[in-house]
Amino acid sequence: MWDYLKLVLLGLVAVLMMYLASEARDLAYLVAALIGLLSAAIAFVVTLRGLGDEKAPKTGYLDDPIRIGVILTAFWGVVGFLVGVTIAFQLAFPELNFAWAHGYFNFGRLRPLHTSAVIFAFGGTGLLTTSFYIVQRTTGARLWSDSLAWFVFWGYQVVILLAATGYILGATQGKEYAEFEWYTDWWLTIVWVGYLLLYMGTLMKRKEPHIYVANWFFLSFIVTIAMLHVVNNLAIPVSLFGSKSVQLFAGVQDAMTQWWYGHNAVGFFLTAGFLGMMYYFVPKQAERPVFSYKLSIIHFWALIFLYIWAGPHHLHYTALPDWASTLGMVFSVMLWMPSWGGMINGLMTLSGAWDKLRTDPIIRMMVISVGFYGMSTFEGPMMSIKAVNSLSHYTDWTIGHVHSGALGWNGMITFGALYYLFPRLWNKEGVYSLRLVSWHFWLATIGIVLYAASMWVTGIMEGLMWREVDAHGFLVNSFADTVAAKHPMYIVRGLGGVLYLTGALIMSYNLWMTVKRAPLAQKTAAAAPAE
Amino acid sequence: MSKKAKNQVGTTGHVWDGDLEELNNPLPRWWLWIFYATIVFAIGYTILYPAWPLPGGETPGLLHKSTRADVAAEIARFKAMNAEIEAKLASADLTTIKDDPELYSYALQSGAATFATYCSQCHGSGAAGAKGYPNLLDNDWLWGGTIEDVAYTIRHGVRNNDDEDARYSQMPAFGKDEILSEEEIDQVVNYVRSLSGLPDVDPALAEAGATVFADNCAACHGEDGKGDRAQGAPNLTDAIWLYGSDFDTIKHNVENGPFGVMPAWGMNPNFDDARINAVAAYVHSLGGGE
Repeated sequence: MWDYLKLVLLGLVAVLMMYLASEARDLAYLVAALIGLLSAAIAFVVTLRGLGDEKAPKTGYLDDPIRIGVILTAFWGVVGFLVGVTIAFQLAFPELNFAWAHGYFNFGRLRPLHTSAVIFAFGGTGLLTTSFYIVQRTTGARLWSDSLAWFVFWGYQVVILLAATGYILGATQGKEYAEFEWYTDWWLTIVWVGYLLLYMGTLMKRKEPHIYVANWFFLSFIVTIAMLHVVNNLAIPVSLFGSKSVQLFAGVQDAMTQWWYGHNAVGFFLTAGFLGMMYYFVPKQAERPVFSYKLSIIHFWALIFLYIWAGPHHLHYTALPDWASTLGMVFSVMLWMPSWGGMINGLMTLSGAWDKLRTDPIIRMMVISVGFYGMSTFEGPMMSIKAVNSLSHYTDWTIGHVHSGALGWNGMITFGALYYLFPRLWNKEGVYSLRLVSWHFWLATIGIVLYAASMWVTGIMEGLMWREVDAHGFLVNSFADTVAAKHPMYIVRGLGGVLYLTGALIMSYNLWMTVKRAPLAQKTAAAAPAE
Repeated sequence: MSKKAKNQVGTTGHVWDGDLEELNNPLPRWWLWIFYATIVFAIGYTILYPAWPLPGGETPGLLHKSTRADVAAEIARFKAMNAEIEAKLASADLTTIKDDPELYSYALQSGAATFATYCSQCHGSGAAGAKGYPNLLDNDWLWGGTIEDVAYTIRHGVRNNDDEDARYSQMPAFGKDEILSEEEIDQVVNYVRSLSGLPDVDPALAEAGATVFADNCAACHGEDGKGDRAQGAPNLTDAIWLYGSDFDTIKHNVENGPFGVMPAWGMNPNFDDARINAVAAYVHSLGGGE
């Protein structure tokens, strides 16, 4: 009965998409409608083929979406890093904005593609996938609903496609990290509510009496992102058949809403969500208990309470009133230790197992990831201080800061999780080659160091050049002077990106070979929920 | 070590997924004290600086700081410091400005800063120009290279619709408006290229082009092709080409008539007389000033 209802629903969606495509006012919207049509059609066919099959009793954990998810995470990572390297070299050598590709592959179009590909495609798919894995293992329960899990999983991939095609074809709201237009926003909202229900449902039917700390972080990530996403994307479509929309807020209110969103996307997507990952994979890989339960509680509540107020530090010395600027700054400073709580819990979990750093490159990857987390969560509060910000704001220092967090913390912990998950999901003894993991580790680490160091140099240099005045108060440098001065460091940054990308390619090969070649595990991994 | 540490504090007693446990370690003291210290700092800072939004407006803070007031004060300080010399510069006689070393040096600094902000977008940060934007380092001037000519061009601009006194002239679009035939255009382009001794000129076409030039171009560019500054008509006999010296570029210009525009900076509220004089002095000093 439910399957027939699904068929009717999917058929209706397909017809609606056909209608929207026929009415489309612009190319981005047309492509979006066709993606919707294709997705509904594929879902329809899959449902139809499964019709009448004997329903096998659902036992064990639902791992199929996780197996696809880990592959897609690695794939989106490589795509995102490749676009990143491309735009890094476009900045160093503007000729790479080829005339024939204008309007599609010039820097302005590729930049949001890069940020969304790494944050939402690579990071998002990684979070979705690992949270599915972790919530099942730590509750001892299968995901609340198979259909809903598949819907959330593939629905999120559709979000990625809608966003990516939109950027290339010029559909953007012009809000950083929230560029995708209203129709993608609506679809993501539906998917995200499904995610929340799935997660809560699984937690409710848990077989363990207590909820493991990783799940607190994942849940705070899911709930807060829903709130941020809805409020920051309040917009009225110009037409239901076109991609353009008009923002509800204007001026400094719009800017404040945007950076309330933007900073908490960092706080709850890239910090809380990934701390959820960290709290599972680090103790698992180290085979040691988490350092302190008490610390995890205190830093969790302090983190989520303080983070939400820190957004105004993105708008120091702008039209934002001084009082809001002050509050953004002091909340950011207070955020330092709550952030470090996660680092301490991650690093100290290794106490008594430090020797593993020598023998296990996967734990080394996770540890350096936590190290970069600590570094960028110190740098962040420091840069939020008004006096520091007056030098760092609008410079490449910000870009370097973001990347030491993104490449170092988010990237490395996700790589660690992938190395952990692949052998277990395909029931293998271990990864194909630890030597290649080591190579990946060093390439990525050196890549990040080149990236961050070159951006510190250019950032501080251009900050100093911008503010340099002569004895009479006249500015000394033109903007073009600072751009010219940064050129060598832009090349270094690009090379750092190449190293990081190379590492990710090696990882992809290694993971592929793990599935193909690595020997099967002797004992079957615990595939059934604990009774 | 591991067993010992574990035994000392013990775990919470919860176990997940086979082996996930949590130790009962207390909060690290240093962590806690730094956290308290940041909270104390935050409270202190909000007492000193504008912070809490209240119905009647935000709390101003004991220091009564305002970033806007700070900027205004800093600008006012420089303004006051420079007031005397600015007044002198505004009414200075540009032709003799070099005789006052202090004023001249001030004008060059002010002019350089203004140029970097407002002029470098087109003329380049080194003032070497770009295709369609004149090089200001050489001694080839479209509208005159004395310091007063330069000041006039900066103040009123070129071919803009904002200032009635803007430098103005328009080269006809000989091709687009069908004043000359394609053949005649080819001839005159060959002739123009021959004036400055460019290579690959067809002598026969160039010879025919001389007549076309005399009939159509000489009125502005002069019988000898040396141009006319009163009309901004470039000298065609030297090696300096605003748009390029290749055949296709010159042909394109003859066909369509170039129409280079420069804003009237005198109409810009950020430009007062002193600032215009400063930029004029700076540009004039770059190498080609007459």
